Amino acid sequence: MIDLNAYLFLGAILFTCGVCCLMTKRNAIGVLMGVELILNGATINFVAFAHFNPTFEIEGQIFALFVIALAAAEAAVALAIALNFYNNHDSIDVDRAEELKG
Amino acid sequence: MSVYAVLFYVLAGLTALSAVAVVLTTSIVRAATWLLFTLAGTAGIFFLLGADFLGAGQLLIYVGGTLVLVVFGVMLTTQDPRLNLQIGVAEWLIGLVTSLALLGVLVVSLAGLQEPPDAPEGPRSLPPSRQLGAVLLGDTRATPVAPLTGTPQLNYYARVRVHYLLPFELLSVHLLVVLIGAAYLARAKRRRVDAQPPTSSSAQGVAP
Repeated sequence: MIDLNAYLFLGAILFTCGVCCLMTKRNAIGVLMGVELILNGATINFVAFAHFNPTFEIEGQIFALFVIALAAAEAAVALAIALNFYNNHDSIDVDRAEELKG
Repeated sequence: MSVYAVLFYVLAGLTALSAVAVVLTTSIVRAATWLLFTLAGTAGIFFLLGADFLGAGQLLIYVGGTLVLVVFGVMLTTQDPRLNLQIGVAEWLIGLVTSLALLGVLVVSLAGLQEPPDAPEGPRSLPPSRQLGAVLLGDTRATPVAPLTGTPQLNYYARVRVHYLLPFELLSVHLLVVLIGAAYLARAKRRRVDAQPPTSSSAQGVAP
């Protein structure tokens, strides 16, 4: 029987992959992909809670919609920053973004 | 094993394996392709959970919008393929150990989780988009009247009926501001000072 825990486990796997992606990628676009994975894991959790707890069947979907919309906005801004960085430094390597290092 | 269970295992396996492949692959183009499968698999999970509107939204916004944006980002920032963007073994180990520790914490906390008392068995349909729209537009009657879970079983506490008009409006204004900001940040402008000066015809944007 597929219960709530199975979906939450899938969300945990996506979240962990996202965190690992954030830490191991040096390409700024790769870091952005890690953030997308993390947000997807959270969204799966929200929808699973909406499905398995009828009291919050509306809230789970609403919050998931908000997450999707905010992820789209975040991707747009992050890509604009990445393109700007590439224009200024001729590189997309996040390790070279060290001008603000104290 | 029911069809529902088979569908879940196929979709969850596809989603999880693609997510692992996004992390492990070294080419950014392949990572984008694996991310496509992860996002599509997530949409399938939404359909399996009965959230049809969300599944369609995930396909339209994530797969159709955000992922295309990411692929454009990949294409616009291509650079010398000889340039090495790999990280060292020590950094891989740190990332792997930290992620596995995080996964362990999450799994341990999942093991102690209690199912909701009236959790439905098998497939069921979540409220349709009409009801979601009513809640977003400020109709408190659209939220369900149901007992609050997590309270003692003997007492009946009905949940408060709410609407989400204000977050919806905030989100709309936020999207507008973000898109204007992104267009401002990413607009075409001069290259670095030491870059090659553009010729007169390309500076004017005249097509050859």
